[in-house]
Amino acid sequence: MLKPIITMRGMYKRFPGVLANDNIDMDIYPGEIHALLGENGSGKSTLMCVLSGLYKPDGGTICVEGEEKRFRSPRDAIACGIGMVHQHFKLVEPFSVAENIAMSGQHGSFMLSTEKMTADIAELGDKYGLAIKPEASVWQLSVGEKQRVEIVRMLYHGSRVLILDEPTAVLTPQEAAEMFKTLRKMAADGCAIVFITHKLNEVYELADRVTVLRGGRVTGVLGRNELDTKKLVWMMVGRDVVSQYERGVMPEGRPVLEVQKAVAFNDMGMYGLKDLSLTINEGEIFGIAGVAGNGQRELAEVITGLRRVADGTIRLYDEDVTNSRPADMIARGVSYVPEDRLGVGLVPELSVLENLLLKSYQQPEFSGRWLLDSKAIKERAAKLVKEYKVKVSSLDQPVKMLSGGHLQRLLLAREIAEKPKLMVVVYPARGLDVGATEAVHRLLLDLKAEKTAVLLISEDLDEIMKLADRVGVLYNGRLVGEFPVEEADIERIGLLMAGSGTEGGEADAYQI
Amino acid sequence: MSEQSIIISILAAAVTAGTPILYAALGELLTERAGILNLGVEGIMLVGAVSGFIAAVATGSCWWGLLAAMAAGGAVAFIHGVLTITLRANQTVSGLALTLFGTGLSGYLGKSYIGMPVPQAFKATTLGPLSDIPYIGPILFRHDVLVYASYLLVPAMAFFIYRTRPGLILRAIGENPAAADALGFKVFSLRHLYVIAGGMLCGVGGAYLSLAYAPSWLENMTAGRGWIAVALVVFALWDPWRALIGSYLFGGVDALGFNLQVLGVTVPTFFLSMMPYLFTILVLTLLMAKSGGRVVPPGALGLPYDREDR
Repeated sequence: MLKPIITMRGMYKRFPGVLANDNIDMDIYPGEIHALLGENGSGKSTLMCVLSGLYKPDGGTICVEGEEKRFRSPRDAIACGIGMVHQHFKLVEPFSVAENIAMSGQHGSFMLSTEKMTADIAELGDKYGLAIKPEASVWQLSVGEKQRVEIVRMLYHGSRVLILDEPTAVLTPQEAAEMFKTLRKMAADGCAIVFITHKLNEVYELADRVTVLRGGRVTGVLGRNELDTKKLVWMMVGRDVVSQYERGVMPEGRPVLEVQKAVAFNDMGMYGLKDLSLTINEGEIFGIAGVAGNGQRELAEVITGLRRVADGTIRLYDEDVTNSRPADMIARGVSYVPEDRLGVGLVPELSVLENLLLKSYQQPEFSGRWLLDSKAIKERAAKLVKEYKVKVSSLDQPVKMLSGGHLQRLLLAREIAEKPKLMVVVYPARGLDVGATEAVHRLLLDLKAEKTAVLLISEDLDEIMKLADRVGVLYNGRLVGEFPVEEADIERIGLLMAGSGTEGGEADAYQI
Repeated sequence: MSEQSIIISILAAAVTAGTPILYAALGELLTERAGILNLGVEGIMLVGAVSGFIAAVATGSCWWGLLAAMAAGGAVAFIHGVLTITLRANQTVSGLALTLFGTGLSGYLGKSYIGMPVPQAFKATTLGPLSDIPYIGPILFRHDVLVYASYLLVPAMAFFIYRTRPGLILRAIGENPAAADALGFKVFSLRHLYVIAGGMLCGVGGAYLSLAYAPSWLENMTAGRGWIAVALVVFALWDPWRALIGSYLFGGVDALGFNLQVLGVTVPTFFLSMMPYLFTILVLTLLMAKSGGRVVPPGALGLPYDREDR
C-alpha cells in the first residue's frame, strides 16, 4: 500500500467570525489527482492556503512523508515540495518568465544566471507539454500561458505536491483540456496533484479521488469508481439540487422587446452584431447560447443603451428606443445584470447601501429637493438584503468584500427591485457554486412569473435548457438558430455554436 | 587660464557639484524600487547635512560626521517607513511632511553652528597614476573619497538591481508585493530595509554638502537639490546609470554658471542659479521623449501593501 505524501489531521483555521476549517483530515498520495470539491466558502481554498504555508493554522498537524512540519511561510512549504497556483496569479507582470521563476528560488545563488535557467525551463516545458518562452515578459502572455508559468515555476522548484485553485475558471475549454493532459502526465510521474473545484464534471473528468467539504468540514471522500452525482451533490450542498425546475407555462404575452436588423460594432471597430433580429414576450425567458465573443456583450449593451447601433431598430412595447441613453432605458424598465459584476454592475469600494441606491437615488421616495432621505434608503436596503438573503456584515460594508454568490444576489436584488419590464442577464451563474446558482435561477423564474421578459445570455447550455422558453444561438454577431426549448437539441445547438450548419457562416468571416 | 584648462575645471566641478544629488538620487531610487515614494529627500538631506556637521565638529573627524549623517538619514526615513509601510499612510503626504519636518529640524539643530569652521573636511586626494591620465585624470580622479565611493556605488547598485537575486526580490516587492508575499518574502521588513538604506544614502548626499562641497553649515543649504534628486529618479527611469548622467548634468550647468561669473559675464545671479534646475529637467524630459516617452514606474509605487486587500 502506497504511503501518503501529505497527511493533515485535525486542521482548524478560524477567521474573524468564521470557522473556515473545522477539524479537517486529508491524505494526499503521490501520483494521484485529488479533487477538493465544495461550494464557495466551504473552506477549500483556506485549507490549501494552510497547506501551502500562506495561512497559519489554528490547530492540527501537517506531515510530509510522515514527518511533522510547521510552515512559517510559503518558502517553507515550497522547500518541502508543496507548491500552490493561486486563482489570482502571483506573477510580476513586467518581469520575464525566467525572472518570475527565479524569484521563488530556495537555495538560489546570490547571482542570477539566466542562461542555465532558460534551458532548464524549456526542458521542463517540453517534458510536460507546457510550452512557454522563458524570455517573454509576463504581461504579454495570455491567461492560459500565465497559468503555465505558475505551474512550471512550482515544478522548477521541485514541487511534488501541486495545488491548483480553480484552475479552469479562467481558461477556454481547449486550454482546459490541454491543462488536464499536463496534469495527468505529472501525476504519472509521481506528482501529487490537488485541484480545487466546484464543478462536478471536472471531478469526473480528472480526479482519481475526491474530498468533499461543506461548511469547513469533510463530508466525504470518494474514489474514482465510487463517484455518484447524487451523492456528491448531497455531500457538497447538504440537500438535493433539482436538475430540472418546474417551468410554469405562461400564456403568450405581448412582445416587450423587438430588435430588428440591429448592426453594431465592437470595441475593435469590427462588426459585433450583424442584422440581428429577435423578439421577447412578456413572461418569457429567451436564452442566447454561443461561445463568448460572438456578440453577446454587444447585444446586451445595445439593448441597455450602453452601445449605439449603426443600423436597425430597437423597440420596447412598440416604442422606438433605438440608441436611447442608458438612463432612459432604466426609466423604461430595463434592468441589466452584466457579465462583469464588480466592474460594471457594482462599485467595489462603495458600501452595500450605496450600491443598492445607485439606480434609485433620484426617485422621490429617497430624495428630497436637495438631500437624500437616509432613513428611507436604509430601510429599503435592509429590506432588500433580508429579502434576497445577501450575507453582509453590515450595510456599510464595501461590496468588494462580498463573495461572488452574494455579489450576484445583491446585484439581482437591486435590479429586480426596480420591477423591470425587461431583464438582461449575462452569464448569471458564472463562478457561482451549485447552491448560489440555484438561488439565482429561482430569482429569474420568479421574475418570469411576474411577466417580466428575460434575455438570458449564457455560455452554459444546461442553464439555458433549464430556464429558457426559447433558445437562440449567437454566432459571429448573428442569430443563427432559434427554436422553442422543447425542440432544442443540445447537439444541434453545439454545432450552430461552432459555426457549422449555417449557410454563409464561412463567407461572413471574409466579409468583415 | 587656457580654454582647455577652463573646460577641464568646469567638468571636474561638475562631478563634485553632482555628487550630493547622485547620492540622494540613488537613495530615492532604491526606495522607489521597493515601491515606496519618499518625497522627504530634501528634508532628509538637510538633517543629514546638519547632523554630519555637528558630529564632525564634536568629534573632530569627518568620518564620524559621515556616520552620523547616515544614521540620521536612516532614522528620518524610518519615520516615513513606519507611517507608510506599517500604518499605510498616504506616501505623498507623509513625504511632504517629512521635508517640512527635516527643514525645520535642521534649522533648529544647526542654529549655533552657522559660520563655524569644520575641523576636518573631506579633502581631494589623488589616486596615483589614475590622476595623471591626461584630461580624464584631472576631471575624474582628483576628488575626495566620497566621489570615488560614488563611482563604485553606481555600478554596484545597477549590478545589484539587475543581476542578483536580492535585487530581483527588491524589484518584485516594488512591482507586485502580493506576488512576493505569496512566495514567502517578508514584504514589510524588506520595504523598511530599503527605505532606511535609501534614507542613509540621502543622508550621505546631505553630508557631502556640509563636509566636502562647501564645508560649513548654512540653513537650507541643500537649496532644492533633494527635489531635483526626486525628479531625477523619474527621468532616469529608475536606473542608476541614468541617475549618474542626470546628476553630473546638473553639476555641469551649476559649475558653468559659477565659472561664467568668475569670467565676468554679466548675467543676473538668480538666472544663473535657476539654470541647473531648468536645464536638468529640460534635457531629461527630451531624453525621455526620445526613448518613446513611456515612463513605467515600479507597478506598486506609492501604493500601501495590505495582505488582506482584495
